Amino acid sequence: MTQLALVIDLNVCVGCHACVTSCKEWNTSGSAGPLCDERPYGADPTGTFFNRVQTFEIGHFPNSETLHFPKSCLHCEDPPCVPVCPTGASYKRKEDGIVLVDYDKCIGCKYCTWACPYGAREFDEKEKVMKKCTLCVDRIYDMSLAEVDRKPSCVKACPTSARLFGDIHDPESVVSKAIREDGGYALMPEWGTHPSNHYLPRRKTHLKIHKDELERADNPLKVDGHLPKPGLGESSMDDVSAW
Amino acid sequence: MKPAFSVIFLTTLIGAGQGLFLALFTHQSYSLFGLLPMQSDAFYGYGSVLALLFLIGGLIASVFHLGRPERAWRSATQWRTSWLSREVIALPAFMGTTFMYAGVHLAGMRPEVITLPSGLVIDISVLIGTVGTLLAFVLFVCTGMIYACLRFLREWHSPLTVINYILMGGASGFTLAAFYAALAAPTQAGFFGGWAIIITVLALAGRIASLVRNARLRPTSTLQTAIGVKHPYITQRTQGSMGGSFNTREFFHGKTDAFLKQIKPTFLFLAFLLPLALLSFSQNSAGLLGLTFVVQLAGLMVERWFFFAQANHPQNLYYQTIG
Repeated sequence: MTQLALVIDLNVCVGCHACVTSCKEWNTSGSAGPLCDERPYGADPTGTFFNRVQTFEIGHFPNSETLHFPKSCLHCEDPPCVPVCPTGASYKRKEDGIVLVDYDKCIGCKYCTWACPYGAREFDEKEKVMKKCTLCVDRIYDMSLAEVDRKPSCVKACPTSARLFGDIHDPESVVSKAIREDGGYALMPEWGTHPSNHYLPRRKTHLKIHKDELERADNPLKVDGHLPKPGLGESSMDDVSAW
Repeated sequence: MKPAFSVIFLTTLIGAGQGLFLALFTHQSYSLFGLLPMQSDAFYGYGSVLALLFLIGGLIASVFHLGRPERAWRSATQWRTSWLSREVIALPAFMGTTFMYAGVHLAGMRPEVITLPSGLVIDISVLIGTVGTLLAFVLFVCTGMIYACLRFLREWHSPLTVINYILMGGASGFTLAAFYAALAAPTQAGFFGGWAIIITVLALAGRIASLVRNARLRPTSTLQTAIGVKHPYITQRTQGSMGGSFNTREFFHGKTDAFLKQIKPTFLFLAFLLPLALLSFSQNSAGLLGLTFVVQLAGLMVERWFFFAQANHPQNLYYQTIG
């Protein structure tokens, strides 16, 4: 069984919103119709997006850290939005685990959004149907594209490669390895929705150097105490001082 | 959640319609066993027509909730998994039964189905009424479960939600029946008024129980679990858009906490306390009972507004700051 998903590396994301604009551009131009905007150049613009980048501040200044947090449908393995749909317009594909909305069946009752704890679905106010991330299902299987381009639009757009795409049920896939080796986690695990998309945490590389590693502990001259021992900050010279 | 007026009207109007049907058939059942004087076919018939009007009103209101009402027929297909789909089936089924119940009474066509050994004659209206009673409860359960089955909305995820839908619909329906009886069969208004008082008291108890329960809830999801960062101080700096989005419109009621605090005593007074006082002192006066029903239905609409507004969706954690 296949479960396609994104893995988003929060350690790398710089919050540039390239994935947001690229997603919007691809998905508003496809055969499924536009992702409608209202008053795009007015005082109070609003519109339908599949993907948003949010920003959080963690801690209090000056001990604070900025976290850019891209958020789209997580394509849950146990999606709570699917069984509540009264028309069957919301469904999870067996072959690759993508959660989709059939825009021709949706009646726009919005019940699925009530059932999604992540707020991943957005209602299109002009088309009057529910819309959500498709993992670019109209792109990833398009054989007319070069193989390298058969990836979701957001993944292709990311300038820092913070977005990985693959099958999380294949233990050798790049996403499975990233989740396994770099601490991938799921959002709101308390609801048992088993999101397929995972996030890699912010992580810092600390280099721990012990004091004795700065000295050549086995220097025979030093051991014997034959030569003068300059202070740590002072210059030293072979055959003249101890290190 | 943002209270949708279509759903407020749907749930309150069909609740009153279901309650009225239950009241009428309760009366017929009592009469069948000789506990109350059997009323004319016209009494039950036109009463059911009145119930049907409320159900139709609710159905019309529900259409305004849909973005694509022309596809509404599709919503009956997923009854295996979706309570909304089950309601979509139960509502017309109950409406059809109410229509048939009205029809056999008004046409005076009540062929005997079976005569019990005790000599009790069960005619077709009793059979239809029994099916209708079952369907009324099925519809109440479907309506309540639409909300109670959403485990993320913890204010709703409780058996009290279903119980209260039954009790509040029943209370308004029996009050409506008392008003109807005061006009059509004044001697029977006391029976319906008495039951209206009992059910309103039960509904008040159920609603207070759910208010107490909800006041003690602690959120399961926090900003920490929402973004997966372990730190006591996390603030959102931007939700990713300067304008609003569907997420900022659908899940916030848009009123202040102070307004919400005022709504609570308002609906407790209008839906329960004032109707109880009016029912107790109405002396079966049609005018007072009519006023009681209007006040109670309005109160239940305020209650329904509060029911939606009080539910706090976990997705709101992601939509706190425009920036």
